[in-house]
This record gives sequence, structure tokens and C-alpha cells, in this order.
Amino acid sequence: MAIIDPRHAAKQLVYEKSFKAATLAAAILVLLILGGVAISLMIGAWPALRHFGFSFVMTEVWNPVTDEYGALAPIYGTVVTSLIAMAIAVPAGFGIALFLTEMCPPVLKRPIGTAVELLAAVPSIIFGIWGLFVLAPVLQRHTEPWLIEHAHSIPGLNKLFMGPPYGIGILTAGVVLAIMVLPFIAATMRDVFDTVPAMLKESGYGLGATTWEVIWHVVVPYSRAGIAGGIMLGLGRALGETMAVTFVIGNAHRISSSLLAPGTTISSSIANEFTEAVGDLYTSSLIALGLLLFIITFSVIAAAQAMLRRLERRVSG
Amino acid sequence: MNRRAFRKAKNGAFLVLSLIATLIGLACLAAILWTLITRGVSGMSLQVFTQMTPPPGSEGGLLNALYGSAVMTLLGILIGAPVGVLAGTYLAEYGRDSRLSIAVRFINDVLLSAPSIIIGLFIYEIVVVPMGHFSAIAGSMALAILAIPVTLRTTEDMLNLVPPGMKDASAALGAYPWRTVVSVLYPAARSGIVTGLLLAVARISGETAPLLFTALNNQFWSTHLNAPMANLPVVIFQFALSPYKEWQHLAWAGALVITLGILVLSVSARIVLSLLQAQRGSGR
Repeated sequence: MAIIDPRHAAKQLVYEKSFKAATLAAAILVLLILGGVAISLMIGAWPALRHFGFSFVMTEVWNPVTDEYGALAPIYGTVVTSLIAMAIAVPAGFGIALFLTEMCPPVLKRPIGTAVELLAAVPSIIFGIWGLFVLAPVLQRHTEPWLIEHAHSIPGLNKLFMGPPYGIGILTAGVVLAIMVLPFIAATMRDVFDTVPAMLKESGYGLGATTWEVIWHVVVPYSRAGIAGGIMLGLGRALGETMAVTFVIGNAHRISSSLLAPGTTISSSIANEFTEAVGDLYTSSLIALGLLLFIITFSVIAAAQAMLRRLERRVSG
Repeated sequence: MNRRAFRKAKNGAFLVLSLIATLIGLACLAAILWTLITRGVSGMSLQVFTQMTPPPGSEGGLLNALYGSAVMTLLGILIGAPVGVLAGTYLAEYGRDSRLSIAVRFINDVLLSAPSIIIGLFIYEIVVVPMGHFSAIAGSMALAILAIPVTLRTTEDMLNLVPPGMKDASAALGAYPWRTVVSVLYPAARSGIVTGLLLAVARISGETAPLLFTALNNQFWSTHLNAPMANLPVVIFQFALSPYKEWQHLAWAGALVITLGILVLSVSARIVLSLLQAQRGSGR
């Protein structure tokens, strides 16, 4: 038996305890950061929330001159741009995931998967300048006039697509957001589809189902929670995305029925105005916007994570 | 027969649609890269890397912005990575399935996709306001918070990939857990953890929103960490939206530099990661 030096053992015990304490402290710090974010935003937003009360989220006015602020226009812009983004990105992401898992020749799986991940790695500011200098002119010259021309005789739609084609506005922001969240949705859905046991799919094929029928009646029901999780994760990104939107939204604090009109979102209002905000109420109102965004995205992301986790448990267990 | 033809047609239609979706996705990536390369290369010149950001309407470069971005990214990693690695170690080795670990994992995943502008506001409140001015330190701290979730996640995953036999062997020799972690697990998982750090660098070096009201910007050469510092993303933001041709050219050059850097970094990191995972996963 080896002879253990008691001093050495005592020293080792001290090291052990301090190392464990350090890792524990780091883990707790992660919790503290999120708690700190919530508390600091609440403190910063308090003057505005006390001054305006609940009407802060109900009014459209945003006037630094008269020091009156309401969050309705940014909330509207955030929700509508994200909805447009999801309306485009969810079907497209589903298609990409389907292509990658069911149709893609194995040789191409890696390169296309990498390309999708590359799109996810492009910084948001790049989407912003590309959206402003490339996408917006294209939409302005081709898509928007077409929409205006074809929608004007259809009741309901004519309200959505009216006014001059600015190129920048709610619609363009939604399209840029769609391109940004597409890789996240596609990648999550692909991973979820990959977890479907081959036996289930083979059973479907064995019964004579077509590829689409296997996907729609076997893969999708099996991975429903994961699909929802992926969509919510994309939605969380879309709601909080800042720079790409700031370039193309037009930054107008008003609610317009037309999707072609300029608008604003919570994050782009903060990005545009925060450093120029003079006066405590102005700054505080912008932080209150940040608090709203925090609450909205936190709930969406938390719900997404909860769904994806449930799926993980099922797969491992 | 009619029904069968309908089903086949429907199948074909949806498969074609999914192919189209994939092509559109790839076309978007190609379009963005193409724009960056054509416009970026025409704005590129040696002086981009040797001169300071110019005043409106004159020629110049991006040297101070490149320097500022490098410094703040580096500082951000230096502050954020130890926290991420240690917390990841706690989750993989000490906490495992404890209630705290589950909470930390959950919160970490939330932080991973939290809007970065919120982190900027947070640092503004706790660093910029008490200090009374914008500073490179504040910018680095905002970036550090964004780096933590990425490093935490990869560290935990990589430690979990180390064969349990190695850990058992170390414990059998009488090593305390910390000694096992430092002398056995970290070396075994080193390339994976380093890759996680590279991913974190890729993530934070392109971030703009958290720097807008923490580091702000600086038109001049500044190495003071306690003062506003120029950085590539904010300069691109400011210059791209300006009416001056020279500024816009510089913005495109900067956009090309930053995107190429990030793409090269994240592609190589991802390749290494998937190789490691395949290797370890099959070796188990």
C-alpha cells in the first residue's frame, strides 16, 4: 500500500474544494447574469412605466419633443415583421429540412448542410447592408409594384399593399428576417427529422406510402414538438433581431395598414435612438422597450427550449 | 388508378417544392456572398489596413476599427471563456443532473438565443452609467456575456465525449476530481474546447447591437480601454448608412473582411467539431 503524506492529502483537498467552488460559482454566474438583465432593465424602465403606466403599451405616440412615449408602434412592427418572416421561413425551412433528410444524395448532404450553417454564421449587420443596397431596390422595382397592381382590386389585400413602393419598410424587414432565421429553422427541423426511427418510416413505405405521405403522416406527427420548438426558436431570433431590421425598416414611429410603409421595431428603435436620447424619460422609455422585448423573447425562447428538451428526453429515454 | 396518379403527383409536387426551397436558401447565401465580394473587393486597398477611419468625404482606412474589434473580441473571450469553461465543467463533472445544473443548462440555452441588444442595454445600465462614459471595457463585457453560452455548451458537450474509462482510471490512481479534470479531461477534450472558443470568437466579432451603446465608436486611434473605441461592426453601420461614397466603399470593404473572417473561423471550427464527435462517438 502506498504511503499517503497527510499534508499532501490535505493540500489536495483544498485544491479540490476551491476548484469545485470555482466551477460552481461560474455556473451560478450564468443564472445571475439573466437575473441581472431582468432586474437592471426593470430598474431602468421604472421611471417610464411609472409615468405612463399601462398606457405605455397602448399608445402610438412617440414624441421626443413633447416627451410622450408609447410602445404600440414598435410592438406592432416587431410582431408584424416577425410574422412575415415566419410565414416565409417556416415553409421554406421545412422544405430544406425535408430535402436534406429525405431526398438529398448523400454526397451533397454535408456541403448543403454546411452552406445552411454558413448562412446562420453571417453577422446580422451584413444582412442589413445587403438588404438595404441589394434586396430593397429589387423589391421596390419589381415585387412591390406587382403587389400593388394585383392587390388593389382585392378587398382586404389592397389595404395591405398600398401607397408608394418605398423599398424599405415592414415587408422588406420581414423578408430580410426570413432569410436570417431560415437556417435556424431548417437546421433544427433537420436534426428533429433525423431522430425519427428508420423503422417507423420503413413501415410507412412498406404499406405503399409515397415519400410525402411518410413525411406528412409519420415524420411530422412524430416530431411535432421538435418542429414547434424549431419554429419558436426562429421566432425568438426574429423578434429580437436588431441590425438587419434597423437598416431596412425605415424607422417611422407609426402604425400603417400597408406593409409597404416604413415602420419601426422594438430593437431598431433602441438601436437608432438610444445614444441620441436626451432626458431621463426618453432613455427610460427606450429601456422599457428593451424590457418588453426581453419579456417577449424570453417567453418564446423558454417555450421553445422546453419543447426541444421534451423531445430530447424522449429520444434518449 | 386515378387515385394513385393523384398521390404520385402530389408527392412529386411537394418534393419539387422542397427542392425549390433549398435552392432559394442556397441562392440567398450566394447572393449575399456575391454582393460582398464584388462590392467589397472594389473598396479594398492597402490603405484599408493602414489608415484611420476618415472624416466625411475623404479617403482613409479601417485600421483603428480593425484594432478595436480585435482588442474587444480578445478581451471579451478572455473574460467570458473562463466562466463558460468552468461552468461547463461544473455541469459535466459535478452538477450533472442536479436541479441547479438543469436550471443552468436551461438559462444558458435561453442566453444563447437572447437578443444581443438586450445585453447591450444591461451593460449600459451596470457599467456605462456608473462609469459615466462609454468605454472599450464595457464593450468587451457585453461581448463576454455573449461568449459565455457558446463556450459553456461546447465545453460540457466535449467533456461528456471523453471516454468514461479515462476518468475511472484517473480516479483509481487516487486522483481527486479536480486533478482528473485538469490533467485528464481537459487535455483529452482540448481540441473540442478550443474549437468552442473559436466559435465564440466568430459569434462575437460580428456583433453590432451590444456595442452601439457600450463601446460606442471612435473616429481616431485609441488604445485606452477606458475610452470609447472604434470597432468594425459599428463603423460599417455608420458608414453604410451615410451619404458619402468614400464611407460606403469602406463599409463594404469592412463587411467583406468581417464576413470572410467569421465564415473561415466558423467553418473550420465546425469541421473540427464534427470530426471529433464522429471519432469519439464511434470509439465509445
